[in-house]
Formats: sequence, structure tokens, C-alpha cells
Amino acid sequence: MLATLITAGVAFVFYLLLTFGSGTVGVWSIEELITGAVLSLVAGLVAGRVAVRREGGERGHPLRMLNPLRILLFLVYLVGPFLFAMAKANLDVAYRVITGKIRPGIVRLTPGLSTDFGVTLLANSITLTPGTLSVDVDEENRDLYVHWINVTDPEPSTKAVCGSFPDWARRIAE
Amino acid sequence: MIIDPITFFIVAACLVFFALFSMARIGLGPTAGDRVVGLDTLNTLVVSAMVVLGAAFDQVIFIDVAIIYALLSFVGTLYIARYLERGL
Amino acid sequence: MHIFLYVLFGIGVAFNGLGALALIRFPDVYTRLHGATKCTTFGSIFTAVAVIVYGFARGGTTYQTLAIHAIIALLALLITNPTGSHAIARASYRSGIKPKGAVVDKLEDRS
Repeated sequence: MLATLITAGVAFVFYLLLTFGSGTVGVWSIEELITGAVLSLVAGLVAGRVAVRREGGERGHPLRMLNPLRILLFLVYLVGPFLFAMAKANLDVAYRVITGKIRPGIVRLTPGLSTDFGVTLLANSITLTPGTLSVDVDEENRDLYVHWINVTDPEPSTKAVCGSFPDWARRIAE
Repeated sequence: MIIDPITFFIVAACLVFFALFSMARIGLGPTAGDRVVGLDTLNTLVVSAMVVLGAAFDQVIFIDVAIIYALLSFVGTLYIARYLERGL
Repeated sequence: MHIFLYVLFGIGVAFNGLGALALIRFPDVYTRLHGATKCTTFGSIFTAVAVIVYGFARGGTTYQTLAIHAIIALLALLITNPTGSHAIARASYRSGIKPKGAVVDKLEDRS
């Protein structure tokens, strides 16, 4: 029930954004509002059970991502350390494209996260940041296998490869 | 006019030119994985070109098509990846 | 304002081009994914942000709608791109493509 309502709410927000400026109730027309409400309820009924669920022990409460503090932290993370790391990653790729200097390898990281959302966030961040690309996830203990373009140490610490990202992922998602 | 509209067309032309590179990778790529990488890059380039062209022609519908194209191409990539992993 | 938009477009096109070049120049699937995913995502962020700034700067309902839709397109790209590249990397590894010239391969020991 709760899962359905949350999913429907998110879907409705997106519908409102997409139909911005269509009429006179606020900036939306009454037809769009009704259609949007019905469609997002249908979406919630169909996808609610997949989109919102409990996971990974007491840290994985399904409502935790509605906490405004976590959302604010997520936005700060996106425009702060993440964007900076991404700019660095692109300059790094430019350097390697021009000089052709690579030393690739697949290493194993143990970030110690316990929820699916946290691991997803960390894996996506790793893919977009300097020299690393997540290749596989160990489903049991949530270890990440990472393709590293410039291996300096075959058994690196998590800190050496992805800096402060696991801490951010833990703060945001757990 | 805030900026010269020709800028949008130049940017879109550059993006389409880069799409030719990824098409070359789709044609050349020795393994299936390489071809999928080329396809994925091609999709991203096409989406950003569509967004730029939407601004160039003042047509919001172009950007709507870009959103749908991004989501559907993602599903396509996932499907091909799954096929490579364990067959249909 | 003009200059700002031109700079955004310039950076975007440059990084998209870099991604396409990386696709041609790197030796195997994984390194190509590095270049392609990072650079095209970063470049697309800049071209999309340029369109968003343009839309809000022009003003009026049509252009605001354009900007909001561009934001949603950017969100869709940001979420789907790294996920798709992860799927391709995993599928390539499991279908038996080894990283070329790898110094270390921990994943091989596991399976």
C-alpha cells in the first residue's frame, strides 16, 4: 500500500514536470491533472512492489529515502565532490587517449555497504570517476570487482581507488 | 535571439560527426562487446544531438522524443547485454 | 550570457569528441567503455545544461517547458548511462572476453 502510494507520488511529480504550462490551474490544465493522477496510480499499482521494498536488515527501511536530509545530502554530493571527480576523470581519459599509457587490471574492493541502493550509487559513481569501471558485483557480501585503468597495487584499499565515495554512499543511502 | 541560432546547428553537426566514429566501431569491432559499446555511445550522442536540435527549432516535441529514446535505448542495451551473458 | 553559452557548448562538444576518439584509440572493450561512458556523459551534461540555460534565459512558457524537458532528458541520461555500461562490462566478462594486457585479474580467480 505504502509502496504503491510512494511510487504513484513520484510518477505524478514527473507527469507534472512534463506537462508544465498546459493550462490555467496553476500552470496545468484540469484534464492533464486528472489524467496524470489516474496514470500515476496505475503505475504505482504495477511497479510499487518492485520500486520500493525493504532490504538488508534494519538499515534498509523502505521510507529512508524520503528523508529531506538525505535528499539534500544527495544533491550536495552531486554538485560537489561528484562533479569535481568527474571533471578530473575526463582530463585523465584525455591524457590516456593522447599518450596511450595504460596498465589495466581488475581488482576487488570491499566497500562494506549493506543496501542495494547504496551499492548501486557507489557502482555508478565508480563508473563515472577517474580510471575505474565497475564490472561485477558479488551478490552475497556486496564486494565490487572494478576494472582499473592504471593499476599501481594489485590488492588496493578501497580508499586508494575511490577516495571518499563509500562514506558518501553510506551517509546517503544507509 | 540570445545566441546565433547557427551555433545549435554547428554543435549538432559535430555530434553527428562523432556518431560516425561510433558507427565505425560498430562496423569494425572484433567482438560483440565492442559493437555494443559503439551502439551505447551512438545512443548517447543521438540523444544530446536531439536536445540541441529541439532548442534550435524551438520544438519541445524533439526533447520528448529524446527522453523516450534514452529510456528505450537503455532497455535495448540491457537486453543485448543479457543476451551476451546467457543467450535468449 | 552569450559567452557563457558558447563556452558550455564548446566544452560539451570537445568532451563528446574525446569520447568518440577514445572509442577508436583504446585496445579492448573495457578501456573503450572507460572513454566512451565518461566522456560522452560529461559532454552531454554540458550541452544539455547549455540548452537549459538558454531556455530559462529566453523566458516565456514555451522556452521554460523546453528547459524543464531538457532537465528530464539529462536526468534520464545520467541514470541510464553508467548502469548500461556496467551491464555491458559484466556481459562482456561473462561471455569470455578477457581484458587485454591485464596486470591483475581478481575476477578470474573467483569463477
